[in-house]
Amino acid sequence: MAATQEEIVAGLAEIVNEIAGIPVEDVQTDKSFTDDLDVDSLSMVEVVVAAEERFDVKIPDDDVKNLKTVGDATEYILKHQS
Amino acid sequence: MSKIKPSKGAPYARILGVGGYRPTRVVPNEVILEKIDSSDEWIRSRSGIETRHWASPEETVAAMSVEASGKAIADAGIDAQQIGAVVVSTVSHFAQTPAIATAIADQLGTDKAAAFDISAGCAGFGYGLTLAKGMIVEGSAEYVLVIGVERLSDLTDLEDRATAFLFGDGAGAVVVGPSKEPAIGPTVWGSEGDKSETIKQTVSWDRFAAEGHTKFPAITQEGQAVFRWAVFEMAKVAQQALDAAGITSDDLDVFIPHQANVRIIDSMVKTLKLPEHVTVARDIRTTGNTSAASIPLAMERLLATGEAKSGDTALVIGFGAGLVYAATVVTLP
Repeated sequence: MAATQEEIVAGLAEIVNEIAGIPVEDVQTDKSFTDDLDVDSLSMVEVVVAAEERFDVKIPDDDVKNLKTVGDATEYILKHQS
Repeated sequence: MSKIKPSKGAPYARILGVGGYRPTRVVPNEVILEKIDSSDEWIRSRSGIETRHWASPEETVAAMSVEASGKAIADAGIDAQQIGAVVVSTVSHFAQTPAIATAIADQLGTDKAAAFDISAGCAGFGYGLTLAKGMIVEGSAEYVLVIGVERLSDLTDLEDRATAFLFGDGAGAVVVGPSKEPAIGPTVWGSEGDKSETIKQTVSWDRFAAEGHTKFPAITQEGQAVFRWAVFEMAKVAQQALDAAGITSDDLDVFIPHQANVRIIDSMVKTLKLPEHVTVARDIRTTGNTSAASIPLAMERLLATGEAKSGDTALVIGFGAGLVYAATVVTLP
């Protein structure tokens, strides 16, 4: 069953918390992964792979660079989840 | 039709000795920062690298190989004359013909050992080890010298902030010989040529010569794509190598992945869920990424420092440009 926007944000928050140690409540849609959440380019790959598994979605490398904020990632997953 | 006598080799093969050579010059991150806009903290957090070794003009691919091999031969307790084949994996010996392996075999004092180079990037050690095992079990050589050697400083763009800090120079060698017990597991290896653009030389030699490029060719890579492949796809290959050897990670003493980047190593360890008791090689911190040389160099250091001991069971996995990979479980010498 497809995840809702709220579920995706909550899921991303858990993933970012596990990978970068950022408190779950800090992970909001307007936050930039690199500038606000201490997720560097390599950690971003880990976030993406974890999100792929969790939300049953494929996020190719070429698309990863467009996912600047948590909102970008949420929208992408909403649109592409199967 | 004449009947051909079959060849006969040893029942199994094992690594009998290991040796390494690290160039004299130690290069800290401060030196790298002279040409790129970055910081020591950034380099350490992205790669784990604190220092690397860069070779002098005298520390040639052949000279470093001979030094490392001499140690490996002594460690194995054999004479150079007993070596039947010399396999050299390198991407940074700048003459295609003849193979550098022949000069190395000669300088080591082998008795006309078969000698050739292979090109398998950062998986070169595993490829060479697999060839060596085959030769020993099949009977075309009793002892085989496998060398991984690189002068990657010659192929580094010091103005590229994504790779300037990454590469180092050095040589690692092992002597592989006969064994009564299995001591090198089945190799899980392969190539993914559809991803050949992910890690590559910036300009081919012929284009470099013909087009008047001012910048010498260097190794370049798509960092995120390589990271994803190395961590998640290679963790699967590593698990397959454990399965093929008939063991689980609980049976493992040591994990020696190609020293590509400490972040890749850490993520692989996490993805593979390696138990706490497994010693993990992180030689990259002071050696950098030395491609084909990294696994034998890391193996030598773990044994020298006592972090690993002879007889330990180790999982080795190399992966890199090609893309190519090779993983196997070995008993440490």
